Amino acid sequence: MVGSNRLSSRLLFLYIPLLLFTIFLLFPFYWMLIISLKPNSLLLNMRINPLILTQFTLEHYRYLFTNTDFPRWALNTAIVTFGATFLALTSSILMGYALGRFRFRGGNLAGTLVFLAYLIPPTLLFIPLSQVVARFGLYNTYWALILTYPTFLIPFASWLLMGYFRTIPRELEECAMIDGASRVQAMWRIILPLALPGVLSAFIFSFTLSWNEFLYALVFMGSGQMKTIPVGTVSDLIRADVFQWGPLMAAAMLGSVPVAVAYMFFVDQYVSGLTAGAVKG
Amino acid sequence: MTTAPASAVARTTALTWRERVRHWMESEPVLAYLFMSPGWIILLLFMSYPFFLGIWFSLTDRMVGLPTGEFVGLRNYRELLHDRVFHLTVINTFIYGFVTVPFKLLLGLLLALLLNQVFPLRNVLRAALLLPWIVPTALSSLAWLMLYDAVLSPFSWLLKNWGLIESNIAFLGSRTNAIISLCVANIWRGTPFFAVAILAGLQAVPQELHEAAAIEGANAVQRFFAVTLPVIKGIIVITTLFSIIWTFADFQLVYVLTKGGPANSTHIFGTFAWQEGIGGAGKLGMGAAVSLYMFPVLAVLSAILLRYVRSQEA
Amino acid sequence: MAQVIYDHVTKRFDGVIAVNDLNLEVKDGEFLVLVGPSGCGKTTALRCLAGLEEVTSGDIIIGDRVVTYVPPKDRDIAMVFQNYALYPHMTVYENMAFGLKLRKVPKQEIDRRVKEVAEMLGIQDLLNRKPRQLSGGQRQRVALGRAIVREPQVFLMDEPLSNLDAKLRVQTRGELIKLQRRLGVTTIYVTHDQVEAMTMGHRIAVMNQGVLQQLDTPENLYDHPANLFVATFIGSPAMNIFPARVVPGEGTVRLVAGDVTLEAPAEHRNRLAEYREVLVGIRPEDLLVQPGSVATEDRQLRLPVEIVEPLGSETLVHLRGPNGTLVAKAEPHVHFSVGELASVRLRIEHLHAFDPQTELALF
Repeated sequence: MVGSNRLSSRLLFLYIPLLLFTIFLLFPFYWMLIISLKPNSLLLNMRINPLILTQFTLEHYRYLFTNTDFPRWALNTAIVTFGATFLALTSSILMGYALGRFRFRGGNLAGTLVFLAYLIPPTLLFIPLSQVVARFGLYNTYWALILTYPTFLIPFASWLLMGYFRTIPRELEECAMIDGASRVQAMWRIILPLALPGVLSAFIFSFTLSWNEFLYALVFMGSGQMKTIPVGTVSDLIRADVFQWGPLMAAAMLGSVPVAVAYMFFVDQYVSGLTAGAVKG
Repeated sequence: MTTAPASAVARTTALTWRERVRHWMESEPVLAYLFMSPGWIILLLFMSYPFFLGIWFSLTDRMVGLPTGEFVGLRNYRELLHDRVFHLTVINTFIYGFVTVPFKLLLGLLLALLLNQVFPLRNVLRAALLLPWIVPTALSSLAWLMLYDAVLSPFSWLLKNWGLIESNIAFLGSRTNAIISLCVANIWRGTPFFAVAILAGLQAVPQELHEAAAIEGANAVQRFFAVTLPVIKGIIVITTLFSIIWTFADFQLVYVLTKGGPANSTHIFGTFAWQEGIGGAGKLGMGAAVSLYMFPVLAVLSAILLRYVRSQEA
Repeated sequence: MAQVIYDHVTKRFDGVIAVNDLNLEVKDGEFLVLVGPSGCGKTTALRCLAGLEEVTSGDIIIGDRVVTYVPPKDRDIAMVFQNYALYPHMTVYENMAFGLKLRKVPKQEIDRRVKEVAEMLGIQDLLNRKPRQLSGGQRQRVALGRAIVREPQVFLMDEPLSNLDAKLRVQTRGELIKLQRRLGVTTIYVTHDQVEAMTMGHRIAVMNQGVLQQLDTPENLYDHPANLFVATFIGSPAMNIFPARVVPGEGTVRLVAGDVTLEAPAEHRNRLAEYREVLVGIRPEDLLVQPGSVATEDRQLRLPVEIVEPLGSETLVHLRGPNGTLVAKAEPHVHFSVGELASVRLRIEHLHAFDPQTELALF
């Protein structure tokens, strides 16, 4: 009696709501997947249930790799993502360390400015920034994105790492410096290894944010050859309102996989970074 | 009892300049500025500089491809005030940025409370349900674009199949429909962010408080308001402000789903600025002015957020 | 030759003076304890010596080298921190070898020295463990070993025992003393615990509010405190202090506090004659107390008992004195009842007196 009561209340208050959330939040991905595998002949047939996959084909994926610039976009995205992430992480480790550790005039102001920089959205800057990029001769090059993505990566990553560095006892690097290390050696050999979880979160964040970026890539990359996956898929696979849904969904799948995988591996780092962002700023 | 000893020691001569430089380089303020310089150079060149350049652009009639523009004062801003599309843009952005928030917050809170229970595969589910937030929005929006398709939408198919409607719904066909559809996709993307942030807050709620409240005879709802809510209040406020700022300044979701259509009736600031400044007319000055109209709202929200974060730290 | 000299060292933090014109000479091989209440500047003084804080003015000399502007790594010192500061991502061996590696000592030499020191400290079985797998006492040893293995000119220790439990603290204290005497390395040891200071140091420097109060051997510090602060800081329970009027008489000087009159020691009469009032100090063990009235003797007082604290090895008796409470140390097995009158005799030769204005000791 008690057991079944408990079960039905768990069903009502836990499992059914969870099921509804799961359907709501994951249905678009399910849809993406089945369309990317569905033969064209079935796609427009309204008589069969579109939610079920009766036959499957990898044709759309093959098409993506042979008839479109998708492989090139993937390469571009990877280059830009790793370049921007590397640049942002290096600058952010140094910046976060300075903000978290050093006592200096203007330290608080610098921290506040970094926080505010985090809140300046790309939509506010992209028009003048396109002219800056052009003026520096970066238009349609990887550098256009490698140098501009850090503007939204550095504030976040610095803020996150600053908090992380502050949790590491000061005595450790003091001891290292007495033991014979310079400030930089102490940072490199003692503090950085200990801040590794924080660096990893910052990395995962920078990686996903760069991979997902859309507006700058749309505006600063002119030719089809230089596009990133999101921009290339949205602008080059949709031509004059003729939707090739199969390849489109296949591209959406493939473009989502790297971040989904990176994130599945490091979900805890991601969440701790996210909440550091949400809680500490 | 104390001694003044220095005379006993042979003083080394004054420091060499090399030692002086090294000493100066190792001092904290110098190292701090040195360490911060790469970051600040990037932020100054690609954030501060374009920001002020944007203010200048917005006061000119600069066009894409032309080397310079002429100073026109506040003409761009004035013209926008009389532009019907801009009026709609302002309304749309507020609906899109603000009206969706209570939904995201409520759903996020609910989901967080569910995920805070103990059940099998909880971690897997927590990871999976965050996906809408982490995959590229432009790509997930493509899925929504198809879900909203006039012909192929599975929603229309289901409703027709159940006999609830006669013909397909034009999800993106009219302004009202399109805005609702945009908001649903927006809520879909934002809910996991709220959920995970709030979940982290929930896990910080001390279990003893719950037990103490339960002993006092509080039921689950009373416990939520008396114990849980005060602890997660900070996270809720900060998450909400972040969400508003990001959504207010969004671009990709609207760009992919409607491109501002039909008939320019569903623009938000970001897409309208793009259309004015880059995409259509190439009126850089006008586009910059559209972007900068966001600034007062963003500034106010940022100031509130900054003050709130400060007060939480203290 | 590794003496350490503070020469007019002053350290300010944003206008707050942490160390004020410190002059201090530590001899080669000496164990010097810096002691004082928290916030007295002792740790700052140590950190200045380590190079972790830059002095505002003055010079610091190690050996015969002025190191005021020398970075910590080049000062040839080793430091043991209160929380031990063991590198959590390194094994005990790596912790100990770290400083030697940075100094490019050959691998075999590192290995030999680490093992030798590990044996000396009895931690040879822990070399492959990480710090989090060690107990508090083991961590403390590793921190010590890491300092010793470097063979520095000076050891700096910042409250290295305060994170240990009471029993282990006493044991380690003894070992540390033996070790220092054996290695003969100049050691500067910071503590707030005056028992540690008294038992460990060749000499003790007492600091208060950034100012060095007195530098002397433990015995002298105890028997001849330079001022009221040192007198009350050193010794537990603290020295009894009460104000007394100076009443010169025929060939005598008497000190009068309430209804108690004391005859001042003959050799200090002239010194006292300059004052109308002084602060009188007497240590608890110099108040000889017995229950009840014993046959009348000279200098015998009768004071009511307020509180009795039997500590086992001794009994502390709180007496209602002329100006507040006086604490006396009594034999352990003598019974006192609260409220009764006890007979008290002062060891008048151990009496202290302080100038009420400057608080400097008169004798």
